[in-house]
Amino acid sequence: MASRNGEPLIQARGLVKRFGELAAVDSVDFDLQRGEAFGFLGPNGAGKTSTMRMIGCVSPVTDGKLSIFGLDPARDGVEIRGRLGVVPQEDSLDMELTVRENIIVYGRYFGLARSVLRKRADELLEFVELTDRAKDRVEPLSGGMKRRLTIARSLVNDPEVLLLDEPTTGLDPQARHVVWDRLYRLKRQGVTLLLTTHYMEEAEQLCDRLVVMDKGKIVAEGSPRELIERYSTREVVELRFGDTRPDDFAYWTDGLVSRVEPLPDRVLLYTDNGDAASHGIHERGLVPESVLVRRSTLEDVFLHLTGRSLIE
Amino acid sequence: MTTPTLAARPLEFYFAQYRRVWRGTAISTVVTPIVYLLALGVGLGVFADRFADLPSGVSYLEFVAPGLLAATAMQLASFEASWPVLSAIKWSRQYHAMLATPLRIGDIVLGHQAFIAARMLMTATVYLVVIAILMPFFDSTVSPLGILAIPVTVLVGIAYAAPIAAWGAHTENEASFVAIFRFVILPMFLFSGTFFPISELPRVLEGIAYLTPLWHGVDLCRQLMLGEVILVSAIAHVVYLLAWIVIGMTLAFITYRRRLVV
Repeated sequence: MASRNGEPLIQARGLVKRFGELAAVDSVDFDLQRGEAFGFLGPNGAGKTSTMRMIGCVSPVTDGKLSIFGLDPARDGVEIRGRLGVVPQEDSLDMELTVRENIIVYGRYFGLARSVLRKRADELLEFVELTDRAKDRVEPLSGGMKRRLTIARSLVNDPEVLLLDEPTTGLDPQARHVVWDRLYRLKRQGVTLLLTTHYMEEAEQLCDRLVVMDKGKIVAEGSPRELIERYSTREVVELRFGDTRPDDFAYWTDGLVSRVEPLPDRVLLYTDNGDAASHGIHERGLVPESVLVRRSTLEDVFLHLTGRSLIE
Repeated sequence: MTTPTLAARPLEFYFAQYRRVWRGTAISTVVTPIVYLLALGVGLGVFADRFADLPSGVSYLEFVAPGLLAATAMQLASFEASWPVLSAIKWSRQYHAMLATPLRIGDIVLGHQAFIAARMLMTATVYLVVIAILMPFFDSTVSPLGILAIPVTVLVGIAYAAPIAAWGAHTENEASFVAIFRFVILPMFLFSGTFFPISELPRVLEGIAYLTPLWHGVDLCRQLMLGEVILVSAIAHVVYLLAWIVIGMTLAFITYRRRLVV
């Protein structure tokens, strides 16, 4: 079953998805290697979900080349989907059935035997810590529990690649961390993950490698560390002003920082030494309401590359 | 390489779901037609038998029972193909879950229709058993050929369920189902020969009644349950119902694909 060593599990070249005039995915190239956790980072409407749907063989490719396990999604959808696990953005659990039945019924779609599925369901529920809810109906479960169940369900066919479309969108921070912990464990077990997210923290925590997407195009590619090093400085100084916000930042920061990013609610100064920079402007007489020195994140990378925030 | 149909797999899902809700549906699908049968067949039947001129001296109960069987099949199947289809697309998103597995559009369409067909078989069987038990109490009988009315309800049901499912996968607007039930299904229920021969209708309406799948189902069930089968006419009924099924299924394949694979 395994593809030859070194050959990517998924390969896209000049991949395009067009809806009428709109190019949702506008000629993207990427490779997914076995065992890695690969992410698409970008705001809503960047083309991440369209890309995922093409990989999931539920959206025909408009143009370009897409190969999954060396197969063609237009022709070999049945085989490809049998080897993928999909965690969709919107839950598609059946509310009338129990937690356990949801996994078993879904496993039957793959043609797996009931006896196998009963055992598998118990293991998966244990993994997502839902064993004690196995016999409960799905409907009253919390959002975080439903997500975990969706993840358990997506693993029922022992997929070679797990597709996760915005896996923690809509969850509260605590539930999000539980989901990340489970995904991190999967990654440690060697499951290949392909995820989309607009949370830079999610991308930083889970992805070995990611591409930054904006308006259907890939604007950068690398590990979270590499991207930050390449497109941002080591540190960022965040300045907030009250009513009297100066506008001539170039004057105040000249020679102190490598780049200034004025945002509506705050001003970001990019520098390798945040403390020195904040001292410097203070000495020049600029007194903001608050000053925060932090390290650069993927959010800063995105801002630099597109001039916009990830979450708008 | 083409994989044979995998429609049996989603069928299991519908049965798992049905196990949770069957008590509620048992009332509406079995008890309701029996109440109708008693009220119309027995109550109204007293008048009808006195004044009406039913063919070859059958009782009104014998006349109306097959009509109710076919009409119930139409109603039940139409309902099963309306909101549940829209829900599987928009709310519960079950079709999307299925499409993330080896199942294809064709399997999803067939799987859902197969479940509706199964519901027809179950309901019609219970209904016929009840009729067979009740009839002798009212000096009426049902022909052994009536057993064949059970598969006929599948034809009637799918002749409605397939085009309605096709519409369900096409429409964005669930209110259109209310309109379909009020302005299409209900008039057919009343005027397609269920309760009186369509020859009683004005000429124009009689012509329209001939076009409804329900009338063909009613007449075929009636021939079978009265044990007075006219072979040519029976075959024509089956062919007509099959035509609706083929057209409805074809439309469903098209609208499902257009809606789900974009």
